[in-house]
Amino acid sequence: MAGKFLLEVVTPEKQLLSQQVDEVIAPGSEGEFGVLPGHCHFLSTLRIGELRYRVDSQTHSMAILWGFAEVTPTKVTIMAEIAEQAEDIDVERATAKVAEAERRLQAGGLPSEVKDAQISLEKARLRKKIAERTKKTGHA
Amino acid sequence: MPSLQSLRRKIAAFKNTQKITKAMKMVAAAKLKRSQDRILAARPYAHKMRGVLSNLSRRVNRSAHPLLQKREVKKIEVLVITSDRGLCGGFNGNIARKSAEFVRQCEAQGLTVGLSIVGRKGRDYFRRRSWPIRQEWTGVFDKLSFEHALDIGGDLTDNFVKGTFDELHVVYNEFKSAIQQRVIVEKLFPVDAATEFSAAPAEGVASGAYLYEPDEAALLSALVPKHFQVQAYRILLESAAAEHGARMAAMDGATRNAGQLIKKVTLYYNKTRQTAITKELMDIVGGAEALK
Repeated sequence: MAGKFLLEVVTPEKQLLSQQVDEVIAPGSEGEFGVLPGHCHFLSTLRIGELRYRVDSQTHSMAILWGFAEVTPTKVTIMAEIAEQAEDIDVERATAKVAEAERRLQAGGLPSEVKDAQISLEKARLRKKIAERTKKTGHA
Repeated sequence: MPSLQSLRRKIAAFKNTQKITKAMKMVAAAKLKRSQDRILAARPYAHKMRGVLSNLSRRVNRSAHPLLQKREVKKIEVLVITSDRGLCGGFNGNIARKSAEFVRQCEAQGLTVGLSIVGRKGRDYFRRRSWPIRQEWTGVFDKLSFEHALDIGGDLTDNFVKGTFDELHVVYNEFKSAIQQRVIVEKLFPVDAATEFSAAPAEGVASGAYLYEPDEAALLSALVPKHFQVQAYRILLESAAAEHGARMAAMDGATRNAGQLIKKVTLYYNKTRQTAITKELMDIVGGAEALK
């Protein structure tokens, strides 16, 4: 294999990650895509989902909420609206958020409110999923 | 010779001023810390975004998105970023001078120039000179948030699409360090095809080798407006941090100057007092001498 490539994750708040990795799996808006070294140039929007990256045999995970990804043969740049490392997610809070969003979805209301609730449910579920898995295995 | 009392009053007044400038310096230092953290955190994102976009604009058809259009330049817009408050040294003066100079340069080339202004100080400056101001925003920096960037960026992108102007330049203070600002004139619209970034992806990629997901149009319409919002936000943050830095430096200088003045006047006061005492003594001695 052609060795490692650089993965950079930035959000408007901060630069989250800049690291040499072996493999990246990102949540593209049209479906997940995997990147190995030497990938062709590629630009995609991202949806709410999980970003996984592998360094040697260690896999790490991160929650990504929207954004863009630029892939070049030597580098992957993820520009996310919000990104959180799995280790930083608070499980209790995520669980509470899931319950709250489900309740709001049940309550119904204006279409825009329902949509809001759906989005926050999706966000909360993702956080919960990643956080719980991290807790169980010690790493993602 | 000024009376002793008036000198005492003067010293007290300087001391009061010094207290105020010292307090302002403290406040500015605290605010600087916060805004410095924000701009340093926001920079990587904004720069990556610009890199991606200028890369992209080399490859895609310019007519693919209204914001990428390059028209013949007849009307240009200058966005001037100043602060709402004064007492920050040459901060606003430098900006105002630079933008006035820039506007004159453009007018000399036969271009029509419009002014958009952020910050009360800049507005006042151009209003006093009765230059027409197209659009102004004040009170942005009290609680600077992404909303402001959306507001300002939205207005400017709308007007660019409508054809109010063909090019947009921003004049702002870039935050270099706590004590250093740099006045920057930057072209925001239209996006230049990878000028400063041309070195990075010079692998000579044919446009066909680039994949987009979803399709190019959808991607552009998500990415391009976002880019301008992010840039507007970054510029506002730069200016806010630079402002606090400038104010801190200015107030530090003022505190030191006040200290020097206090020293000088106190010395003068003591000398005057001594002279007065000597004179009185001489009077007494002279009187006693006369009685002999």
